[in-house]
Amino acid sequence: MSFKKAFKPLALALALGSISLGAQAAAEQYFPLQSYRIGPYAAGGTGFFGGFIDYLQYVNANGGVNGVKLTWSECETEYVVEKGVECYERLKKGLNGAPAAATNPLSVGIAYATLDRSTADKIPLITINHGRTDSTDGRVFPYAFPLQLNPYSEVSAIVNYIGQRVGGLDKLKGKKIVTLYHGSPYGKETNEVLEKLASKYGFTLTLLEVPHPGNEQQSQWLNIRRIQPDYVILRGWGVMNPVALKTAQKLGYPTDRIIGNIWSNSEDDAAPAGAAAKGFISITTHPSGTGFPVLQGIKKSVVDAGKGNLADPKRFGTVYYNLGVVNGILNVEAVRIAQAKFGNKPLTGEQVRWGFENIRLDDKRLTELGALGLVQPLKLSCADHEGGGAVRFQQWNGQEWKLISEWVQADRALLRPIIEASASKYAKEKGITPRDCSKEI
Amino acid sequence: MLYSEAGQFSTRYAADRRLFRLRQDRLGLGLLLVFAFAVVPQVGNDYWFSAILTPFLVLSLAGLGLNLLTGYAGQLSLGSAAFMAAGAFATYNFQLRIEGLPLLASFALGGAVAALLSLVFGLPSLRIKGFYLIVSTLAAQFLVPWALVKYGWFSNYNASGVISAPRLDIFGLDLSSPAGRYVLTLGVVVALAFLARNIVRSELGRNWMAVRDMDTAAAVIGIPLARTKLLAFAISGFYLGVAGALWAFTYLGTVEPHGFDLNRSFQVLFIIIIGGMGSILGNFLGAAFIVLFPLLLSNLAGLLPGGLIDPGQLENIQKMIFGALIIVFLIREPEGLARLWQQFRARLRRWPLRY
Repeated sequence: MSFKKAFKPLALALALGSISLGAQAAAEQYFPLQSYRIGPYAAGGTGFFGGFIDYLQYVNANGGVNGVKLTWSECETEYVVEKGVECYERLKKGLNGAPAAATNPLSVGIAYATLDRSTADKIPLITINHGRTDSTDGRVFPYAFPLQLNPYSEVSAIVNYIGQRVGGLDKLKGKKIVTLYHGSPYGKETNEVLEKLASKYGFTLTLLEVPHPGNEQQSQWLNIRRIQPDYVILRGWGVMNPVALKTAQKLGYPTDRIIGNIWSNSEDDAAPAGAAAKGFISITTHPSGTGFPVLQGIKKSVVDAGKGNLADPKRFGTVYYNLGVVNGILNVEAVRIAQAKFGNKPLTGEQVRWGFENIRLDDKRLTELGALGLVQPLKLSCADHEGGGAVRFQQWNGQEWKLISEWVQADRALLRPIIEASASKYAKEKGITPRDCSKEI
Repeated sequence: MLYSEAGQFSTRYAADRRLFRLRQDRLGLGLLLVFAFAVVPQVGNDYWFSAILTPFLVLSLAGLGLNLLTGYAGQLSLGSAAFMAAGAFATYNFQLRIEGLPLLASFALGGAVAALLSLVFGLPSLRIKGFYLIVSTLAAQFLVPWALVKYGWFSNYNASGVISAPRLDIFGLDLSSPAGRYVLTLGVVVALAFLARNIVRSELGRNWMAVRDMDTAAAVIGIPLARTKLLAFAISGFYLGVAGALWAFTYLGTVEPHGFDLNRSFQVLFIIIIGGMGSILGNFLGAAFIVLFPLLLSNLAGLLPGGLIDPGQLENIQKMIFGALIIVFLIREPEGLARLWQQFRARLRRWPLRY
């Protein structure tokens, strides 16, 4: 006790010191970046975090968010779970007094491992276009946000699109669909819901697993040739994608019947397959390209000023880069919305979470942001942490992706009960009492 | 002077056989434990508990498990991560399916399942040795994660096959906070480390070392080879299983089979090689080296002004420095960090005399 007493004045002095330091940097909002620039998934990491950082720089160049400047620092995860956890713990305290707004690990494994921590520390965990499907239910997962598109919506939208192609969902009856999935938690996440969709629409589903990392797929594709499916859904990952396309060509399966999912949709997935990728279709939540006003703005005030984050400037406007920009837009928009409620100052994670839950992006707002067509209209709530659930389809022409469809909506009404059931099972396992959303303002 | 033995006499056999014969060792260890149990939880912060101390302790325990098998009994193994995975998933299932089972009992049962599995994969050791044995334990490394992914029962039919830890409480005490997790991990690791120190000094431990040094000779003097080797596998498996359970429950809070891949086995193997084969302390030193050094480098790199070096380059430079350090240490002392400590201690005991 006396030990504590003796140190009390010292501790007080230290605390005061840190407060005065904090006051100096008080006009900043901090983004902890668990990035990965080396390792097997560096292509995704550098693109995504390049776009994210460039957008934050762009916001700063235009005066920040209502005068609050954005700041960030990086910590390398290599996509490895323990490193991501270490980075989370290192960065969560904020930087020089600037509080952390939200974490964006861009890794399913790290997101799973930091889920409980995020909830305990009250910092939103953003898993754009991926993550744990049942974290869509914000009542059980108050701090997790699988923004835009969770894995169930993803496959539902693909099935709906195939329905469009064959002339209506009722025509799916008797069709044959093969899903080629990566042998990992990510790959398996949607098998259950695919089976439900198959029994609902009456198509025959065959699930084929490709063991990690997926550079040998001869037997799977021989199997596909025997089955003669109408469509193949490719749920790939990294090297598995180009290998799938090449093997398909070798065994004579038409490329335009292969539909890639959200992790099979980048330039880095199609280009290495060369000519075999031509005609390959994939989903995307955001088109690639540099034509959007927001990208032009980034080009003008960040890239042309020599401050761009990409090592290879040719990747400006690619799928991963644009996903980073979209992610930046959504994060900053949440901060802006929360500021409208809590005041134009740096906000805590809890306040930013309110901002995420109240994101309302309509065409008018998207035009103001210069992101019409880049970001889908989005409306989140306390119970719904996904918001969109729509994708567009694109086709690889040998050089670049070309959009071939309008927005295709997932059947979210069908998915919601499945998600709620899974979330309540989780709540029961963990002893969580779901929030009452009618009491949230 | 510090390590002077003058005046310390053993007057009874029990005193001569105690775990730590020197008074200074006992005192030092006691102080260290008091510091770790009482002081650290007061002064540490979340970052230290969750990102540094807990993984350090868990990997030390894993190293200890492998060291009993490889360092003491001389049986090579590359299946460490598989047994960790088995322990983690078994603990999860015991917690899930048996209502009201105490957490520590689940850890023990998880360890027991890993021990059984390890025993099965240890059977080839009765016929083969060395590199050939590595191959058979490698089979465990591929089979176990595959089975955990393939059969949904293990992860309670979770869609993505990732399990998440239940609440951590022991005797009604909630240990979910980072400091609580650290204390829980520390308690388990310290208890098992003491047990290990006892085992290696027992008849069984001496049999292990005899088998390690020359199994034909050991058989000739009447040591039952099969029993000794299989016990080494089982006990090592138990330690690894508990380490896996701690990794999943107190460190990450979730776990997926791919978290226990071949790289984890290599990591555990490197810990005992760098720390020192056939040493209890070596596991802690090796784990500290493997866990703390990259973090130190990474934190130092974070102090560099931003934009000075490209972030990707900076990461690669850290890897090069770390690799170079491993080589330097192993050239300086091929028998590991524990050996360095032993030499230092021996010198202290003789001080101020030279020889």
